[in-house]
Amino acid sequence: MTFVVPDLEIYKPPSLGKGAKAPSLRSKVLGAIIPLIACLYVGLVILTPALSVVVQAFAKGVQPFLENLSSPDLLSAVKMTLLTAAIAVPANTIFGLAAATAIARKKFRGKALLLSIIDLPFSISPVVVGLMLVLLYSPNHGVFGGVINSLGWKIIFSWPGIVMATIIVTFPFMAREVIPLLEEEGWEQEEAAKTLGANDWQVFWKVTLPSVRWAALYGLILTTARALGEFGAVSVVSGNIRGETQTLPLFVEDAYKQYQTELAFGAAAVLGGVALVSMLLKFVVEQLLEQDKKAHQIKSDA
Amino acid sequence: MAPAWLRSGKLPQLKLPSWPWRITWLYLGFVLFLPLGAISLRAAGVGPTGFWELATTPEAIATYKLSFGLALLASLINGLFGLVIAWALVRSRFPGQRLLDSLIDLPFALPTAVAGLALAAVYSSENGWLGEPLYRLFGIKVAFSAVGVGVAMVFISLPFVVRTVEPVLRSLEKEQEEASWCLGASQVQTFIRVVLPQLLPAILGGVAQGFSRAVGEYGSVVMISSNIPFVDLITPTLIIQKLEEYDIDGATVIGSVMLLFALVSLLVINLIQVWGQRYQATSSGVG
Repeated sequence: MTFVVPDLEIYKPPSLGKGAKAPSLRSKVLGAIIPLIACLYVGLVILTPALSVVVQAFAKGVQPFLENLSSPDLLSAVKMTLLTAAIAVPANTIFGLAAATAIARKKFRGKALLLSIIDLPFSISPVVVGLMLVLLYSPNHGVFGGVINSLGWKIIFSWPGIVMATIIVTFPFMAREVIPLLEEEGWEQEEAAKTLGANDWQVFWKVTLPSVRWAALYGLILTTARALGEFGAVSVVSGNIRGETQTLPLFVEDAYKQYQTELAFGAAAVLGGVALVSMLLKFVVEQLLEQDKKAHQIKSDA
Repeated sequence: MAPAWLRSGKLPQLKLPSWPWRITWLYLGFVLFLPLGAISLRAAGVGPTGFWELATTPEAIATYKLSFGLALLASLINGLFGLVIAWALVRSRFPGQRLLDSLIDLPFALPTAVAGLALAAVYSSENGWLGEPLYRLFGIKVAFSAVGVGVAMVFISLPFVVRTVEPVLRSLEKEQEEASWCLGASQVQTFIRVVLPQLLPAILGGVAQGFSRAVGEYGSVVMISSNIPFVDLITPTLIIQKLEEYDIDGATVIGSVMLLFALVSLLVINLIQVWGQRYQATSSGVG
């Protein structure tokens, strides 16, 4: 399907007699201009910067790119990032599913407020999230500073702080994806399972979870992608020590500041690749989600 | 309309076990209420006069002006172009439409540090693909200036309006527009009188979300800005600078200002959504 800009000279105005549907010259020109503006704008604002990362990362070929990736500082940053995600994502998955089963099927006063509270981390600046953790756990300025000092723990400028910052920034994703789906569905299947003697745990595993599986997977992808890429909140609490408390996004900025441009672009290309994979997975799960929704509609219509 | 199980009064038997609630409250308390309490406590300790003084230092006010001003500009630009892009995605068919659609999500998916690096490279006045010609031809310095901060904000707030307008535009009934044409309205009149009012809540909602995101954005901005006070320093970066100088009270107060803004913007976005739903409900009720 292509759009054609009509040639002004051979264009014949539509005759009024033959149905009113023939598009006017203006609407045809408009029909071509709008996609053109959209493509130019997105090309300029999004595509050009994205392409530049790829080009710069592979500017000297694949071999130097791979050599850059084996830099020990970069590898340690990768490890830190993976560790963070390995803790934050499962924790947020448990919370998300628990919150969804608790909230979705109940009507109570303040439900909208509670949902807004869960959404709060999306509106708070990541830097403020980091600041709040410093005010809570910093050994010198934190509310719990004394307790943490006496226990000999290290939270700020160490991995627990990084993990906590990541958890705060990413916890709403799962609940947000699963709650609407649970709200749409009725109680009947759970009711039936209970009547047949299933306990709460069985009902959750065998009925509730399967019915929201694609939405949960979608939430999982969003959580993971954001956990791997979080920068602002983590940069406040990490201390940014190379080879120790640096995550991959922090490494990108640090390498760029130290004029290790190739290293920065190499790490950025890795993160960009992760982002592309997450987008691809999202697309696949979206299709599955849609299929499921249709199947549900057919079932409830019948 | 209450669902059947609610009206039949069977709810008490089916009450969910309390452990999901326990996990929810415990988790929220730990990761959200506790940190919020810490910043409130510290801000309260500063006292009202001290708070006002620290919140309105000339340096802080300069960052508010820059952050809020540029974020507003960026979100309004995206309000206009977001509408155009949504229109292109819904109402036209052209090659590369699929690609355009997926590119829109890139600012959501791309880690902000990567976005910052990409923007700093592309808009560099020395050798950037776009920055160099802009500097040579028009003398505009984008990277390491306030213009660059604006460009980064445009980048990260682009998806919001597109993604809020798209579903509403898709659900519009073409019959209304056809009726308007049949009654003699021009296309421009039809757009302004019939289409635009129905899209307005979605556009406003998207602009508000983009604005809120751009004000709080740090990662992509910090790399393209030179972070010089009164020139191109944004509020989140000021908070980090205060923390690095061990000015904890200063950081807390400015952080609280940002937090209050986040609460207000969340409220406004919710109100716009409620308004939009009501609008849709009444218009489909009439139609």
